[in-house]
Amino acid sequence: MIVETGHFALVLALALALVNAAVPLCGVVGRDQRLMAVAPSVALAGFFLVALAYAALTYAHVTSDFSLVNVVENSHSAKPLIYKITGVWGNHEGSMLLWVLILSLFAAAVAVGGRAMPVDLHAAVLAVQSWIAAAFLLFILLTSNPFARLANPPIEGQDLNPLLQDPGLAIHPPLLYLGYVGLSITFSFAAAALICGRIDAVWARLVRPWTLVAWIFLTLGIAMGSYWAYYTLGWGGFWFWDPVENASLMPWIAATALLHSATVMEKREALKVWTIFLAILAFSLSLIGTFIVRSGVLTSVHAFANDPRRGVFILAILVFFIGGSLLLFALRANALKPGGFFAPVSREGALVLNNLVLSTCCATVFVGTLYPLALEALTGEKISVGAPFYNLTFVPLFLPLCALMPIAQTLAWKRGDLLGSAQRLIFAFGCGLAVMLALFAWRGGPSISLVLAGLSIYLIIGSFADLATRILGRAATVKGHLFAHAFGLPRSAYGTALAHAGIGLSLLGLAATGWGAQKILAMKPGDVASVGPYDIVLQSIGPQTGPNYTATVAHMAIRAGGVEIGDVDPAVRFYPTRQVSRAEAGIKTIDFGQIYTGISDGDTPGSVNARLYWKPLVTCIWFGAVVMALGGLCSLSDRRLRIGVARRARKLAAAPQAAE
Amino acid sequence: MMRAVALASFIVLALTPSFAFAVTPAEMLSDPKLEARAEALSAGLRCMVCQNESIDESDAPLAHDIRVLIRQKMLAGESDAEIRAFLVARYGDFILLKPPWKAETFLLWTAPFLLLLTGAGAIAIAARQRKTAAPSALSAAEKSKLASLIGEEKG
Repeated sequence: MIVETGHFALVLALALALVNAAVPLCGVVGRDQRLMAVAPSVALAGFFLVALAYAALTYAHVTSDFSLVNVVENSHSAKPLIYKITGVWGNHEGSMLLWVLILSLFAAAVAVGGRAMPVDLHAAVLAVQSWIAAAFLLFILLTSNPFARLANPPIEGQDLNPLLQDPGLAIHPPLLYLGYVGLSITFSFAAAALICGRIDAVWARLVRPWTLVAWIFLTLGIAMGSYWAYYTLGWGGFWFWDPVENASLMPWIAATALLHSATVMEKREALKVWTIFLAILAFSLSLIGTFIVRSGVLTSVHAFANDPRRGVFILAILVFFIGGSLLLFALRANALKPGGFFAPVSREGALVLNNLVLSTCCATVFVGTLYPLALEALTGEKISVGAPFYNLTFVPLFLPLCALMPIAQTLAWKRGDLLGSAQRLIFAFGCGLAVMLALFAWRGGPSISLVLAGLSIYLIIGSFADLATRILGRAATVKGHLFAHAFGLPRSAYGTALAHAGIGLSLLGLAATGWGAQKILAMKPGDVASVGPYDIVLQSIGPQTGPNYTATVAHMAIRAGGVEIGDVDPAVRFYPTRQVSRAEAGIKTIDFGQIYTGISDGDTPGSVNARLYWKPLVTCIWFGAVVMALGGLCSLSDRRLRIGVARRARKLAAAPQAAE
Repeated sequence: MMRAVALASFIVLALTPSFAFAVTPAEMLSDPKLEARAEALSAGLRCMVCQNESIDESDAPLAHDIRVLIRQKMLAGESDAEIRAFLVARYGDFILLKPPWKAETFLLWTAPFLLLLTGAGAIAIAARQRKTAAPSALSAAEKSKLASLIGEEKG
């Protein structure tokens, strides 16, 4: 009964989405306030219904209701509770339901949080969002119904894929989806702006927090996915240039470019056409990503291909939304007047360069991901586009961008002083060079790692050069404590510095991979292997029984200079239901580096094949992403100041003496 | 998770219950120089039955066979290029993670640079048009207003 309620709620949500897709738009066109006012409450009701459907599916998974196809195929009564809950989105139908849940969550957030927006824009945004929701609800109900029942329920389920039974899965998909789908709001804003003819600085200011929220989640989601792949897949790689990873990277790059171009639009009313285009592009790339992942077009022999209707349906959604929005764009964008004037060497000029390079990076990933598909479709010839391609194309584009980032930050708006900016960065540059030379003298090592390490130090320090100059400059001219001056700077300036420094930190982690060590060997209890500065002792090999698996666990002690500093327990798990094995890495974090160990069954009884790695500073790769997200958060908190501007201005008028 | 869901399907196909991962100690050559060469070479080759994994990383039996084959050929004194040519003759360009430079991949390799140049050109043209539309000089009325504003601030 609960399951049927969920199914029914989903159908109702579709009906509401259709209402909200039409009524507010009629209101906007006919300038009827009453019709426009429908949008927020219907959006909230839609969210409630989708949440109900999602809760019903979760209930079925938690109670192991094997009369549901979805539960039978993806669950097992002995599966731990946490994986019964996360398993809801560990399959096609459930993950699409999560997709729509987040879509309607964002609609609800705009319905509540956007009350200060112009009424017509607010209504139009929610209407466009409902169009998207309606399309995907239809997709779920017609091709991917998670509530399908079985006439003869089996006694036991087929269990969730062991790779997905991991805490990382609990966090990664919701984070990624919040980012991926969060960009739908940006898209809806762009379409609404085109419909209402409100393409101005106010629009840019209104859309910024939503883009930031999506960007923060996307950043964290990608980092989390990368870390999950790192410790689950068993050999310590963290980025594979896999099409599925690229599918999430492309919207991230587009969203990053959008954040930067929207700043120009907000501050200077320039780049309006381009910003709108990027807003459309970012979500279009999300949709393309969904198509790539969900249609099975990349893995034609695999699971999703058994139902080609899904692929065709998503393709139709894709064509409708991307084509429709671009048509709207083409019809409306011509009416835009050019904005503020700026010199080539200026903050605006730097941001244009940023957008040029980021767009090219994004296009490179796009071409690399889809070229093999296109070539195979046209000529039947199969090629692979792997990491070496991106190392030769993406990396040479991205690294110069990193070098330019601190310079751009110190350039003034309208007309900048390149020489002056360069002078402010001498300290950062010197530090980078010093670190590079020191590392060369100390470790030697691959030249690319040396360059990356120097670049990262320069980037981290250089990101704060602008803030430092501003704080010291104020301290020199205005009285007051240094902290007071630091606190007086806008938080978005700190956000920029943190986000850029985060990229530097990730680069540092990447650079350090060049100084790692690895050892692959057969080990028996008592064997010692040295990897990097550490010795690893295999102390015992033993069996272990989990709730739905059996495992072989190797207990290893880590020693530094003869002193034991910790232990790791790498394992191989065997899941009998699916007849699948999975490696469970043993990881010990030492400062920012990690000892990474993995085992597999040995060739002789009583031994294991072990892979031992020392990965110095490896956590910086993901830590950098967290710092980037913190930067985003910092910038987001600046929004309160913006909303409060009018109120504070009134206060200042009431007490003019407080102004100084 | 998206990677995982895609991976999930292939792993079921590619993994036999006896789990072996990537390069195993038994496969490795005793000469560390030759072994490093073998690992570098196999890292650039695609495991044909996996999704975007190299021969060096893969658990699949096919990857194991190719790893052993590469090492045998290296011991027999073949160069990296010879071994690669042998594998391409057998499996096609699909096995190379770095696509070869030829007519079919011309657009793939040049696209990033063509796009960068096109973008830069478009921006240059837009900037030139913008320059002609640069703000005109201040009118007499604006000048006097500016002067009075500046005077106000000084006073």
